[in-house]
Order: sequence, then structure tokens, then C-alpha cells
Amino acid sequence: MKNIKTNTSLQSTLLKTPTGIKGLDELTWGGFPFGRPTLVCGDPGCGKTLLSTEFLVRGATEYNEPGVFVAFEEKSSELAMNVASLGFNLEKLQSENLLRIDHIHIERSEIEETGEYDLEGLFIRLDHAIKTINAKRVVLDTIENLFSGLSNQTILRSEIRRLFQWLKEKKVTAVITGERGNGMLTRQGLEEYVSDCVILLENRVVNNITTRFLRVVKYRGSVHGTNEYPFLIDDEGISVLPVTSLLLDNEVSTERVSSGIPSLDEMLDKKGFYRGSSILVSGTAGTGKTSIAAYFADNSCKRGERCVYLAFEESPHQIIRNMKSIGVNMEAHVKKGLLMFHASRPTLFGLEMHLVAIHKIVKKFKPKTVVLDPITNLITIGSVSEVKSMLIRLIDFLQAEQITVLFTALTLNNTVHEQTDEGVSSLVDAWLLVRDIESNGERNRGMYIMKSRGMKHSNQVREFVIRDTGLDLVDVYLGPSGVLTGSAREEAQLREQTGLVLRDFAVSRKDREIERKRAILEAKIAALKEEFEIIQDELNKTYVEDDLKKEMMHKSRVHLTKRRNKDTSTEKNIKNTPNGS
Amino acid sequence: MEAETQKWELRLYVAGKTVKSVAALNNLKKYCEEHLKDKYTIEVIDLLEQPQLAEGDQILAIPTLVRKVPEPIRKIIGDLSNEEKVLVGLNVRPVNKTA
Repeated sequence: MKNIKTNTSLQSTLLKTPTGIKGLDELTWGGFPFGRPTLVCGDPGCGKTLLSTEFLVRGATEYNEPGVFVAFEEKSSELAMNVASLGFNLEKLQSENLLRIDHIHIERSEIEETGEYDLEGLFIRLDHAIKTINAKRVVLDTIENLFSGLSNQTILRSEIRRLFQWLKEKKVTAVITGERGNGMLTRQGLEEYVSDCVILLENRVVNNITTRFLRVVKYRGSVHGTNEYPFLIDDEGISVLPVTSLLLDNEVSTERVSSGIPSLDEMLDKKGFYRGSSILVSGTAGTGKTSIAAYFADNSCKRGERCVYLAFEESPHQIIRNMKSIGVNMEAHVKKGLLMFHASRPTLFGLEMHLVAIHKIVKKFKPKTVVLDPITNLITIGSVSEVKSMLIRLIDFLQAEQITVLFTALTLNNTVHEQTDEGVSSLVDAWLLVRDIESNGERNRGMYIMKSRGMKHSNQVREFVIRDTGLDLVDVYLGPSGVLTGSAREEAQLREQTGLVLRDFAVSRKDREIERKRAILEAKIAALKEEFEIIQDELNKTYVEDDLKKEMMHKSRVHLTKRRNKDTSTEKNIKNTPNGS
Repeated sequence: MEAETQKWELRLYVAGKTVKSVAALNNLKKYCEEHLKDKYTIEVIDLLEQPQLAEGDQILAIPTLVRKVPEPIRKIIGDLSNEEKVLVGLNVRPVNKTA
């Protein structure tokens, strides 16, 4: 048996019997008081019988403590059938001698009372049952039925008092259930006799949604959680939800995970988010929050990490179909078992039930990433503070498991919703805001990082573009007229391009002109050269003619001289004369 | 008369020899002798010796008198000090006595 010292500063060492019920042992710091009766009371249908049955079943299966169930209401077969839906096999436990169900049936019409009597018969039966299986736990469900079967209240009360005393002497941990009475915890005032530990179960309907609550009304000699804790009953029994950890001592990781959008990672110090961090994507309707979430989930699956997609708005099929249109094939991941959708209407059950459902899915599926889309829908079933407290617990739980979580939140220009944003935003590590930028008769999406703890991140507003091929972040156009997005951005870009082309064109035209001018000049130069050559030629011609004339004249003179005197010496003299002249 | 053929099978559950048990047994014997002479059988079961028998007849209070026959089963709890009630419970006509 697990003995837990409850409070070391006090000298009390109250022995406790762990119930094995999820959360209840944390809340009572170890379980019910050992060897003493505990009263579980509440309205009809709030789970008293289930709680007590689970107490016995867990005792038998997990702590090897056999138990006796004394049923005043249901027959053993009925009880077995009722709890079979929780996965408890009472018949098997009975055959293994770990459980004994004793059905005590009192039929008023069969019974006549004359004179003095006592309930020794009940004691003997109980004693016999305890002895046969060496029971450590006893459940009496519900002993108040005796009051309807027997009329002598005086005897009954004294006998019940004796019974509880007797149970204490037997050193069995007993759970006694009782229906809630008017202004009292139980109809017959059982709390008078059982005063060590009282657990109150309640069923409350708020906004048409039922939530079950558990409260430890009193626990003598032990510390215990005093709040009302929601609990739920599902196919695995009861889960009570205390705040998982009040201390901020979760381990942190420096590992990064990609957001699935490269350009977004670029904004986040080029690496993406921290593993185990919480990310909030908020924005007005139709800004692509779900698309971002889907990309994130898709990327997680592509890395081979499991992902749970909790959809509160759309059905899985809807999401799969819609995401196909932007090039994300989620169906393949689902088939591979990497992606799990869990869609539920927020109004299906209370917040706490959602929380527990998420807990269980996470525990079972063991994902690395979780997507909640959108958390704002939860507001429909709870107040802002309730949703916040639920999310705190959720984030806490996921961080302890090193799971990266991405929430989407819808912002409206409505104070309540803005509050949620702010409320949650202080809890998250990274906050992306997708905004509508409306101008020039069209609506565009702008995205920026509001915060991202522990990393450098871009402070720029980017235009968030959704195309057939996927999501992308585009730098907005920062022109002289301010920030432009959408077609205005494209127009500006086009204009810029046109300008470039025009300039290029102008430049090339000038170039050509110069070229042409040069050609013209060169042509002119050539022409002038020609002209000059012509003139030169002319000149040369006259010279040559002159020379030729002179030569001819000289030749003819020589000829003449020869003819006149055949004297050679004279001939020589004459020959030299033209040169000399 | 039906009473001619009828038999009364009675079972008295006690737990040890307590004052109440002894008183109940004595009272029962007395009534039976008076009203059901030779038409009854009494079986006394001490639950301290045979605790497993308590379950069968849904015994809770001690002492309990169970009328097995004639049907339907009736139970009378207490020390049987009120004769009238016992006779009514056993479906015995006290008229027999006066007649």
C-alpha cells in the first residue's frame, strides 16, 4: 500500500488508500483515509455509484486490494452491466476473488416489523463477504435505502452508527454513498456518522451544458484541494481534473520546428518556432488562419511527427477538401497514421470535458504537435475566464509533454473577443496576427509577428498570399505613397517595371542616335577625304603634265641640238643646261 | 378448507443466543402451537455458524422470521412480541382459536 505522509510539519501520518481514480488522488494528496469510511454524496445521476465502483475496481486491479460492494439498489448483474461500458469486468474480478458484490434487497411489502431487532444480519453478511476474499475496501451503495425498507428510525440510526464503528475496527477503507438531501449533504444525515472525509459530487447545467463537479468538503487530518474540480465519466472511468501543475517548472527545448511556410520561418530568425512552445494565430474571419494551421500540421507530418488536429468548426472532410485547394494533402497523412483529426462541436460538452478529451487523445496518440482550430469557438460554451483557465491548463499540460501547440483565434471587432485574444496571448510564446488590409476596393491579408519569445523576429508587415500552390509571405511594397498590398502592390510593381523598360528604351535610343551621328560623321570624313584626294590628284596631274611637258620640251630640244651639231662635247654641255636652269 | 391441507414452512434466522433471538423463538413456538398445530415446521438458522445463508433469504435484521410456504414469501423481523402482527404476517387466521 502506498502510504503518504500528508503534512510533514504536522506530526500526523494519516495512512491513505489510493483510489486509482485519475486526478482524485492528487486532489486528496494520496487517496481516501485508510481504514475509515468516506462519504460520497450527490444528486441522482452524478456518478456516485460509478465512483465507488471504480474505487473497488482500481483497488483490485492496481493495488491488489480486494473489495466488497454492498448494493442496496442494483442487482449484481445490473451493476456489472452498467459499469461494463467503462471497461470494468466485474464478473472476471469476482471469479478471481478480487471483488464480491452483495446485493441487499429490502422489499417493504414483504416485511413486517414486530418488536425489537437489530441489523446483525447485515453485519454478518458483510463480515462473511470481507472474510471470504480478505477485502480491504468496502462500498455501501447506498445505505440510505435501508430507511425506506425499515420503519424504525431509532434502531436504524443506532445500527448505522454501529456499522461505521465496526467498519473502522475492521480496518477496511469504506466508501458510503448517499443521496443529497434538502439543506443537508445526505437525506438521512449520514454525514453525522461519517465525518472523516466527505466528497460531494454535483451536476450543474450552465448554458444548457452539463458539467460534473467534485469537491472535497472535508478531510480530517489531511490537506486537500478545496476547489470544485470538474470531472467526467467516459469509457475509461472517471477523470478528475486538478490543475496539472501550478509551478512553472516545465523543461524547455531549444530545438526549432518549422512553421511549414519557409517565408514565415524566415521571419522567425530563419528557423521557426521552438519545440514545445505555444503559438497563437489570430485574425479576422477569412484571413487564412486554418490554412496556416494546416501547413503547420502538414509540415509536422512531413517530418514524420505525429500531429493531432482538433477542429471545433469544420469537419475533417471539410478541412481535407479545403486544404487540397492550396496544395496540402492531409489525407495521405491521415492514412499513414501521422495525423489525427478530432472534430467536435464546442457545445457537445463542457469546457472541462473538452480538456479531458484532449488530454486523453494526447496521452493515447502521443503527438508532437497539436492544433486547435479555433479556440474562440469555445467561448460559446464558457466565459472568458473559464476558457482562459482551461487553456492555461492545456498549455501547461502540453508543455510538460514537450508538445508544440498552435491555436487559431478569431478576432472580431468586439470587445469580448479582443479580451480573449489578450487573455490568451499572454500565455502563448509566439503570436502571429493575420490582418485584413482594405484599400482601393479590395481586401488583402497582412501578417506580422506580434511576439515571439526568445528569438529574433522580423518586425515587418508581410503580405500573406494564398495561391493554388500554397501559402507565401510577400514583402509589401513600400513606395512613396506608403505600404501597398494586393493589386495595388502589383500595380506599383508593374509601374516600376514599365518605368524600367521605358528608361532602357530611352537609353538605347540615345545610344543608337550617337551611333548614327558617328556614322554620319565618319561618312562625312570619308567624303572629305575623297574630295581632298581628288584635289590632290588634280594637283598631281598638273605637276606631272608640267614635268612631262618639260621633259618633252627638253627631249625635243636635245633632238634639235643633235640634229644641228654632231659634237658630243657640246652635246654634253647642252644636256646639262636644262638641269642648271 | 384450505387450511386443512396447508403446511407452514417457517425459518427463523438468529445470530447466537441473544435475548431477542431467544424471545423470538419462544414467541414463535407459542403461536404455532396455538394456531398451527401439526401444520408447521420451524428451522432455526444461526448466522454466526452459517453466515453464507444470510444472502439467500436477504436477511438483514436479526431476528427474522421467513415464511417460505405458503407463498409468497413473507418476512417478519423483530422479537415477534406482537402476536397479532405475526399472525397477520404468517397469514394465519386467529379465528381458528376463537372458533
